[in-house]
Amino acid sequence: MTSSASALGSVLASGGEGFHAPTIAEFYPEPIAEFSLLGVDFAITRITIISWVATAAILVFLVLASRKASIVPSRLQFLGESGYSLVRDGMARDVIGPKGLPFAPFLASLFFFILANNAMSIIPFAQISPMSKFALPLVLAVLVWILYNWVGIREQGAGKYFKDAAIPPGVPVGALILVTPIELLQVFIIRPFTLAVRLFANMFAGHMLLVVFSLGTVYLLQVGNFSIIFSPFAFLMALAMTFFEVLVIVLQAYVFTVLTATYLNGAVEPAH
Amino acid sequence: MNILAAESANPLLPPVGEIIVGLITFAILAFVVIKFVVPSFEKAFVARREAIEGGLERAEAMQAEAKAALEQYRAQLAEARGEAAQIRDAARAEGQQILEELRTQAQEESARIVARGEEQLAAQRQQIVHELRGQIGTLAVDLAGRVVGESLADDARRSGTVDRFLAELDGMAASGDGRGAVAESNR
Repeated sequence: MTSSASALGSVLASGGEGFHAPTIAEFYPEPIAEFSLLGVDFAITRITIISWVATAAILVFLVLASRKASIVPSRLQFLGESGYSLVRDGMARDVIGPKGLPFAPFLASLFFFILANNAMSIIPFAQISPMSKFALPLVLAVLVWILYNWVGIREQGAGKYFKDAAIPPGVPVGALILVTPIELLQVFIIRPFTLAVRLFANMFAGHMLLVVFSLGTVYLLQVGNFSIIFSPFAFLMALAMTFFEVLVIVLQAYVFTVLTATYLNGAVEPAH
Repeated sequence: MNILAAESANPLLPPVGEIIVGLITFAILAFVVIKFVVPSFEKAFVARREAIEGGLERAEAMQAEAKAALEQYRAQLAEARGEAAQIRDAARAEGQQILEELRTQAQEESARIVARGEEQLAAQRQQIVHELRGQIGTLAVDLAGRVVGESLADDARRSGTVDRFLAELDGMAASGDGRGAVAESNR
């Protein structure tokens, strides 16, 4: 067995003296502070702090960009405006439709919040996104779920909204046996669940990939014999994955917001 | 939560505390964005749109103004042209009138001149006729004396003969127009 092959073997070997792959414990760091309030346990961890830092940072940026907003924008204002215009024109106006503009502030909040929290997955020293824990995506998805159902009931009336959700117009009566359960499940359970899981799983997996290749780089440097020559490959992979992560960060923030706009569109306008 | 507990934790079942903290974090951000950031951006958008539309409106107003000025200028030009034509016509008519007047004046003048000339002519003839009458008498007597050879110096006789002759001549002239005219032209 050549030394390189043995190195590979020792990388792949789990447990013992070999490479320790990251586990789910990555996402459960030691709490910095713990307290109980009204019977609910609160644990402030490193990830909680990262979420606050990210939110505070995007808030400071937005407030600075929008303060003294003028006709001829400053560079900062232009950046903030571009982000807001993307949501306002590209989603609220174009996806939801003529009634969409009132939702632009909420959609913008969603977009900027997810973008900032996602971005922490590649910011040095943080390097983990609060979105890679299920709590935050779940909160957002539930808010979206409440919003689009409430808007649907308000705009179309409860009876018509639930009837259209259960019995989509234009579907043959025979097919309703299949369609109705699927539609109901989709609108009221699958939509919020997939919305939350999509965001969470992407950030979770992205973090795992980065950790695997980063730890791998270090391990291959230290494990001895010739395995050191494989270290740069692991490093390059970590680098490539970081760039990929940039794409995922922006894309997931965008997708979450666009899907919210799509659901709101369905609620605002009666089904065709 | 310690590491051992984490190992058995289900990542899809987050603790309630985490959910509440996340909700509060998002609520703070959403509050600031909805309350301050978005209205500020929207205000800038409106201001910008108004600035652009205001510029367009100003340009339109200026164009309308220029058009109005052109219309006015054209109207004035047309008016001036009409006025010029009118003046020209009036001048022509006036010239015609002056010409007419001058012509009648000249005709009157020439008529007057002709009339005066005729008058003078008539007066001169009258005078000449008178002179000739005297001279003819003397000449005729002289000639007759020479022809007869005797002096007819007797004034009384002489004047009687001449007067008789002249009366004869006048009678001839009065008896026939043709002969009178002939006699007149001969004199």
